[in-house]
Amino acid sequence: MNAAIRVDLQLIADMVEPATRALDVGCGDGALLAYLVDFKRVDARGMELSQAGVNACVANGLSVIQGDADADLRDYPDDAFDYVILSQTLQATREPREVLSQMLRVGKRAIVSFPNFAHWQVRLRLVFGGRMPETASLPYKWYDTPNIHLCSIDDFRALCRDMGVKVERAIVLNSKSRPIHMPPLLANLFGEQAVFLLRRA
Amino acid sequence: MFDDLTDAERKALAQCRHAVLGTERPLRLDCGVDLGPYRVAYQTYGTLNAARSNAVLVCHPLTCDQFVAERHPVTGKEGWWESLVGPGKVLDPAHYFIICVNVLGHCMGSTGPQARNPATGQTWNLGFPVVTIADMVRAQAALLDHLGIPDLFCVIGGSMGGMQVLEWAATFPDRVFSAVPIACAAHHSAQNIAFHEVGRQAIMADPDWKGGDYRAHDTLPARGLSVARMTAHITYLSEQALQRKFGRSLQNRDVLGFSFDADFQVESYLRHQGSTFVARFDANSYLYITRAMDYFDLAGAHGGVLANAFKGTATRFCLVSFTSDWLFPTRESREIVHALNAAAANVSFVEVASDKGHDAFLLDEPEMFRTLQGFLKGAAAVRGLVGVS
Repeated sequence: MNAAIRVDLQLIADMVEPATRALDVGCGDGALLAYLVDFKRVDARGMELSQAGVNACVANGLSVIQGDADADLRDYPDDAFDYVILSQTLQATREPREVLSQMLRVGKRAIVSFPNFAHWQVRLRLVFGGRMPETASLPYKWYDTPNIHLCSIDDFRALCRDMGVKVERAIVLNSKSRPIHMPPLLANLFGEQAVFLLRRA
Repeated sequence: MFDDLTDAERKALAQCRHAVLGTERPLRLDCGVDLGPYRVAYQTYGTLNAARSNAVLVCHPLTCDQFVAERHPVTGKEGWWESLVGPGKVLDPAHYFIICVNVLGHCMGSTGPQARNPATGQTWNLGFPVVTIADMVRAQAALLDHLGIPDLFCVIGGSMGGMQVLEWAATFPDRVFSAVPIACAAHHSAQNIAFHEVGRQAIMADPDWKGGDYRAHDTLPARGLSVARMTAHITYLSEQALQRKFGRSLQNRDVLGFSFDADFQVESYLRHQGSTFVARFDANSYLYITRAMDYFDLAGAHGGVLANAFKGTATRFCLVSFTSDWLFPTRESREIVHALNAAAANVSFVEVASDKGHDAFLLDEPEMFRTLQGFLKGAAAVRGLVGVS
């Protein structure tokens, strides 16, 4: 059992009530899943795009299938989970709005984390550097990035408003992955990533 | 009841256990016939624990049988799944009570077309009722009742064995804690049926088949059964595996023979597969078992919606497919996964990269072993089985 996981994953795990049902979409190597199973007695399932990731998860005793957020959430019935989690993946989906609405159909709540495209370093690099931003949370070249739908924290809030989704909690992290407490305008400038706990209105 | 045995069955039953079931309450088959009494031959490895919670049912594929992890009494070859079952293996008899039942209609000791019809005293032959995968599973469940085993920690099998696993999970969800269907599908496709039909026609076209009554005529449809096996064997291998193994290499010669002898190694190999199969398999059984697979359609049995077969299931599933398996391609496993998702079931699914075709599930595939080891370890922890690591 490994009690130490990445800070943003820890924040997500803290949002999940013990002994609930959760689906982690894009679960990677299964670090969050394993934590939820081992420390919070969660009935946790995973979906992962890469076959290597899936195989590694299953070999560790986790319930994981190969699939992607755009195509495969549709299979699940309404209210199948208490939480559907999408960590650092929303910006890589083809239809983020549809994915979000599927998440909140399948799950009673959704937890979404994503990099903030309005972070000051991103702004600086684009405005003064004249180049596509490359930062710690956006480490790709423009031509090989999987991130096709990047957004800022304020963009995401606007989408939630638009969709009638209720934001129960929002945590903004600085570049040292520490939570920061600032008014929205500043949070959108100094936050490198954000974690949202959502539910249907 | 033993006077109607073939030599192969006699040897098989001497090396395994058996039970005579259906004496008081016959087995109602899908075709409507009541079968009873009937015999099930089975083999076990390991010990049932005091809580009776460590039983694992291994379901065998078409041409394998109950001798999973030991030298075969007829062929003398090692067990067909010794890579998976045995001391130190994923299914270790030190932890699990492992059962494998020779399926109904087969020819290694369980009742099939070569048995005697108790009503007439004559060999069944083609008078034997057509059995289904569900019938096989019901006979296995009756054996568990007989053995006093309430439920199974795991039901596992590949190919036709995987079909039985799915049927188990759908018919007896409360008796299946975890299910591992490997390299299989929820129904037989048109192509699958087509290949089986070629095999059956080859058997029935053999003049020595005698309308299925070959034993009374003291003949054996060896050529027909051999061709059936040769055809089927091609479907178990990938094009790549065949090419790698044989290419266009010639057999015991340097130049083409300009004849119809087995010039090519691949011909010689297939002929060998065919002739050795005849020594261990009954032609009529081959007709019945292939038919059972053809009839399998789990969605069809549940109103055309596969998810209905798994509604409300608490069973933990782990599916495995292989990239080069064209007999039961990954797509068909994925269909099952989609149905299980729609039923909100607990499911894992791994596609293993292998160029060995359908047969990969019987071979040394470390990725499959790792997958199964991890899955069973997780399931054992939830089940509270101690000692499993």
